[in-house]
Formats: sequence, C-alpha cells, structure tokens
Amino acid sequence: MAHEEIDKVTGVSTTGHEWDGIRELNNPLPRWWLWVFYATIVFAVGYVFVYPAVPLVSSYSKGLLGHSQRASALAETEAGQAARAEVGQQLASASLEEIKNDPKMLEFAMAQGRAAFGDNCAPCHGSGATGSKGYPNLQDDDWLWGGTLADIEHTITVGVRSTSEDTRMNDMPRFGADGLLDAKQIRNVAGYVLSLSGSSIDGADVEAGKEIFAENCTSCHGEDAKGSHELGAPNLTDKVWLYGGDEDSVIYTITHAHRGVMPTWGGKLDPVTIKSLAIYVHDLGGGT
Amino acid sequence: MSLEEILYSGFLGLLFFYCVLAAGKAVDPVFAFHATIGAIASAAGIFLIVRSFIDRDGRVEPDEINGKPNYNLGPIKFASIAAMFWGLAGFSVGIWIALELAYPALNLNLPWTTFGRLRPLHTSAVIFAFGGNVLLATSFYVVQRTSRARMPGLVTPWFVILGYNVFIVLAGTGYVLGVGQGKEYAEPEWYADLWLTIVWVAYLLVFLATLWRRKEPHIYVANWFYLAFIVTIAMLHIVNNAAVPVSVFGSKSYVVWSGVQDAMVQWWYGHNAVGFFLTAGFLAIMYYFVPKRANRPVYSYRLSIIHFWALIFLYIWAGPHHLHYTALPEWASTLGMVFSVMLWMPSWGGMINGLMTLSGAWDKLRTDPVLRLLVVSVAFYGMSTFEGPLMSVKSVNSLSHYTDWTIGHVHSGALGWVGYVSFGALYCLVPWVYGKRDVYSLKLVDWHFWISTLGIVLYITSMWVSGIMQGLMWRAYTNLGFLQYSFVETVEAMHPYYVIRALGGILFLAGAVIMAVNLYLTIRHGEAEKPAADVALAPAE
Repeated sequence: MAHEEIDKVTGVSTTGHEWDGIRELNNPLPRWWLWVFYATIVFAVGYVFVYPAVPLVSSYSKGLLGHSQRASALAETEAGQAARAEVGQQLASASLEEIKNDPKMLEFAMAQGRAAFGDNCAPCHGSGATGSKGYPNLQDDDWLWGGTLADIEHTITVGVRSTSEDTRMNDMPRFGADGLLDAKQIRNVAGYVLSLSGSSIDGADVEAGKEIFAENCTSCHGEDAKGSHELGAPNLTDKVWLYGGDEDSVIYTITHAHRGVMPTWGGKLDPVTIKSLAIYVHDLGGGT
Repeated sequence: MSLEEILYSGFLGLLFFYCVLAAGKAVDPVFAFHATIGAIASAAGIFLIVRSFIDRDGRVEPDEINGKPNYNLGPIKFASIAAMFWGLAGFSVGIWIALELAYPALNLNLPWTTFGRLRPLHTSAVIFAFGGNVLLATSFYVVQRTSRARMPGLVTPWFVILGYNVFIVLAGTGYVLGVGQGKEYAEPEWYADLWLTIVWVAYLLVFLATLWRRKEPHIYVANWFYLAFIVTIAMLHIVNNAAVPVSVFGSKSYVVWSGVQDAMVQWWYGHNAVGFFLTAGFLAIMYYFVPKRANRPVYSYRLSIIHFWALIFLYIWAGPHHLHYTALPEWASTLGMVFSVMLWMPSWGGMINGLMTLSGAWDKLRTDPVLRLLVVSVAFYGMSTFEGPLMSVKSVNSLSHYTDWTIGHVHSGALGWVGYVSFGALYCLVPWVYGKRDVYSLKLVDWHFWISTLGIVLYITSMWVSGIMQGLMWRAYTNLGFLQYSFVETVEAMHPYYVIRALGGILFLAGAVIMAVNLYLTIRHGEAEKPAADVALAPAE
C-alpha cells in the first residue's frame, strides 16, 4: 500500500502516491473555492428559473419573468422608430427648402443625413466626404451635376450611369482609343485645357489645342470650358480634377475617358432618408 | 517483419495507390496537389518502415534496460522541434495579418495573402501545429515517465507524430490555396479530416496501451487530462466535420449540418476545442512540468479530482455562449451562459493547484526563468478563465461580442497560458530528451520571458481598449435616435490599437526566436547530463 509521509516544508501529509518523483499533498479543497463554486451553482439554478432555459417537447420554459429577447429587441426598435416618427413624418411632406429653414427639421435631417452618409456614402466619398481620385469631393463647391438641394437629391435618387432608368448619364468620347484624335492632337488639346487653369505642357501647341477644343469639346464643356451641370460636364478652368490634373492624367482622360458610376439610392433608401442626405451633403459644400 | 510493420506498409501502400489515382483523376488542382503530397508521404512512410526494419536487423528495442524503463524518445524529439518550427511560422503569420488589419495594402492584392486565407493559417498553425505538437511531445513523454513504461509500437508512435504533421501541411496549404469548409478552427476539407481521424485513433491507442503497461498502481492526474483531451477531441472532430464529399476525387464537400443546428454544432466544437485542446491538454502539461520543475508535491490531490471532473462535465455544455443574440433559441443561450458561469471555479482549481504547488519554493522564481514562465502561464490561465465566464454573461456579451475584446481574451489565453506553459515545458523537455543537464542559457530564457511578457501586455491591453471602444461606438445613439458612428469611423478609430497589437506580436515572436536559438544551442552544445547511478528504481508501492 501507499505510505503517506509528511511534507517537511508545509507539514501536510502526502497521499503516498509517487510518479516519476512527483508526489501529491493531501490538502483539502480550499474553503473559499468550494463556496464560490456553490454560489455559481446557486446562481445558475436561480437564473434557469427566472429566464427561458429548459427545452420542452414543442416549446421551452419561459422563466418567471416571462422575458423574451425577441420581444425586447422589437420593443426597442419600435421605441426608436416612435421617437423618430414625429419629425420624420414632417420631413416626408415638407419641401427641401422648408426643411432647410425649420431649425427642428434641419437638426433632424442633418443627424439622419450624417448617419446615412456614414453607412452608405463614406465607402466611396470618404467618412469626411472629401472623396478621392474618381470619387468627387463633396466638401467643395464644385459640382458635376449641380449643387442645389434639388440637384443633389436627384443625383442621390437616380445615381450616375446607374441601373436606374432615369440615371444621370453622359458619355465622353474616347478620343484617343477610338481614333478620333491622334496623339499629337491630344497633347495639344491637353496643353490648352491645362493652360486654362494656369498650367502648361512641354511641347504642346496651345493655339492648335484651342482649335481642336472648339471642334470637339465645346458641345459639352462649353465655349468657355466652364462645363455644364445640365450635362454633367466638368468645369475645366478650375484646379479641381476628378481624375488628376497632371499632364499624364489629363492625356489619359482625353484618350480613354472615364465612366465613373454612382449607384441609384432610390428604392434602397426611403425618400425621407434621401432628403436628409441631400440636406447633409448640401450643408457640406452645396451651391445654389 | 513484425505484424505491425506489415500492416502499416500495407495500409500506406493502398493509400499510395489511391493517392496516385486521385492525383490523376482529380477534379480540381488543389486536390491533385494534395493527392501528390499524400502519395509522396505514403511512399516515404513505406521507405522509412523498410529502412528501419533493415537497420534493426531483427532486433527490437527492449522495454527495459537493467531494470529501468527504456523510454522511446525519438518521436518526442521530432515533435518538440516541429512545435518550435510551427510556432515561429504561426506567430509570423499572426503578425502579418495583424499588420494587414492596420495597413490593408499588405494583403498585396493577391488571393493567397488575403486576410480570409491567412487568418485560418495563423489559427491552425498556432493551435494545431504548435500546440498540437507540444501536446504530442509532452503526452508521449509524461505518459511514459509517470507509467514507468516504454510506449509500445515499432511504427505507431512515429505514425502518430509524422501523420499529424502531414495533416498540418495539408491543412495549411489548403487554406492558402483557397480550399476549406468554412468552419472556424475546423477549416480543412473532408480528406484531411479523415486522415486526422486515423492518426488520432492511433494516438489514442498508443496512449491507452502505455497506460495499460504502467508499473505504477495509479494513473497520474496529468494522464487523466491528456486522456480527456484525446477522447473528447476525437468526438468533437468527427461530429463537427461530418460531411459528404462531392466527389472522392475532389476537395469540395458539404457538411451534413445546416442552419442553426450547424451553428450550434460548430460552437459546441469550437468552444470545446478551447476546453479540451487548449485547456485540458495544457493543464496536463502543467500538472507534470510545474511540480517537476519546482521539485515540490502537487498542492491538493482532492482538488485535482474534483476540478477535473467538474471541468470536463461542465465545459461541454458551454458552447452556446458563442451564439448569444443570434438565431439560436434563447433557452439554449441561457444554458450556455449558466454552464459557463459554473465553469469559473472548476477552471480555477487548476490554477490553485498550479500556483500552490509553489508553496515552499517561491524563491525559485527569482533564479529560474523556466519556472517563472510556467507560473506566469498559470496566472494568465486564471485571468482568462475568469474573463471567459464574465464574457459569457449575456449583458456583457452584448457589448463584447464581435469586438476586439474577444480577440484580446483569446490571446491572453493563447499567448499567456498556452504559449507560456508550452515554452516552459519545451525548455524542460528538450534538455531531458537530449540528455542535457539544462537549457544552454538561462540568461536567454530570462530575455525571452521579459520581451514576450511585454509583447503580451501590449497585445491584450490594446485589444481591451479597442474592443470596448468598438463595442461602445457600435451602440452609441444620438439624442435624435440615429447611430452616432458609422462602421467606417469605428474602423478608423481602431487603427492605433491595431498598430500597438502588431508591435506586441512582434515582441512575442522575438522572444520565440531567442527560444529557438537557445534550444538549438542546447541540443548542439548543451552540457551533457551526468549518467544517473545505475540502480533500478524501486516501484512505488
């Protein structure tokens, strides 16, 4: 049989077992450990009586409190909707201008617009709405399709080159790729376009470029090259460039054109949210 | 040839022909690649069996030499080195994906290096490749030593170790190449799962047979934990991975479970992989290496019995706490929570037994960094097993779930508990199996300890802060009832913590590199152990 001995350091007897030199002391269970263990068991049993816990044949025990996660989640959702309902309904029937001029509706629209922007628009336009290459900056007052409240609401609703039937749409020709202009001509016209905002390209004949521009570009960008909100044609006389304003980028744009897409949000977002978004985006850098 | 050698050669021969056939008829390139690996591995297996048969020249290693057990140490050496190798690999991949989260461009825009593929590579490499090899190495060592018996089998122990590592290669290459069944911690496809099942049964048989041959009247507590780990993992693995392959020559399969049942089975598996692989298995390591290194008796035999049975009975029910506030029925969620709360003290039983074993030897922590690693691991174990039940409480979980708090919790357990107890065990084990007096440099162990402890502290504190911040940002509403923050803003806010976390990981890896060097020097240049007095040990009565 095992022979128990007393451990000299602690004065506790061993169990007498030994494996590869390892022995075991015969200490009792620590009292605090045992009582906390019992306490967790008592808590568990109590909790099981109070909350839904035991599966039955076709249902489960509902618990003394009759608590239901589903019901409480629905109640919270309804309470949230109710809190937003009053002003939300006002927004539904108000015009954008009315919303803009009513402090209470404006506060609501700005809050809703900000939240909706973060979830739906920020992935492309950035959480600060400053955009990036190919995605317009919404903080400045430079607009492709117009910066009035109504313009912005319409752009959000139908998108650009989107799947909507009413989508905003234009189609800049691929002057180089489709052989409409040769490389020399493209270089000249790029030189002219850049000269409008005070830049230049080495070896470009600006006068020749001006003529090419008059023949090919003015129908959309206008005689003065200031663009058109009607047609979504960018203003080429400022220093705001959606796809870059350096020599290579402008030549690339004329050669290949860009056909950026913004999805249609009508049908995905409700009209009130779209109104709020329009108000929010307009507030960032809207024009008149 | 012995019957065992013939059976293994025959089995591997059949497997070889199947793999060659499968490589030829494979319906997808990854399956062809894996079948090729299978063919090479089976051919290599047959070659090794035949070579060892020729080398041994009709002789068989005796079970005892001069009345002392002649332990089988070869497979243990292999698994120890494999553990160190996979550990370095797994930690490195972890750092890479941590950096990807901070700097997404690091996914290199290549399918093979995206977060979705490297993340399972990291988790499997550290849990199954590093942790698994540590468990294999230590369990083979501990069960032999505490049974005073050589583990049986000419081929089986090697089959277990090498077969397991072939599974690791199949799993890891599969992830990178985009093959997986979409089950967390159980991503490998059906053929890798089947192979692991065969290896695991062999593992169980070797372990049981060694216990069967024991010269001690009782089974040591470490072996209870190892056995619970091996048996339960077998059950979890088979049930969770039950799947029907689309073709026996293709990698794709469909899991038999679906919907919320699949989610429940998955987290029954996932939680108990933590409970039985990362807790029971590593508690077994603790129960052998802490008393051995401290040279003190285990604190309480009674506590070890009670907490063992309480732990394995309660752990298996706690899985639903991973699915709070989901499609899982509320009653199941409640049961998962209350079993998790009851699990707190049974988990702490192991911590108490580990720490209190030090009574009378606390001064050794000053001078022995290996013991310090082991003891700090037990402290991290205590912290994580308090945090776990806390996070299982529904109202806490509604804040913590899906946030980085979970990641921090897992890593305080993974780096602090599993990592440190494994490091401590390897620092003991490698000198022992290679017949060296101790590790080459305790000074280097000291450096390893402090550098990686700093790394762990950076890791878990940054994840606590970022996780709780993330949870609070997700649930913040404005006074008008709109969400205060968009998802993108919460991601932006976490960037600094992601950088700190990656730095913590780099320090942890730096510590492991020091360890690898130290173990290499131990094997190559370590001071040989003085031969023990040549007397037979009297069996304990």
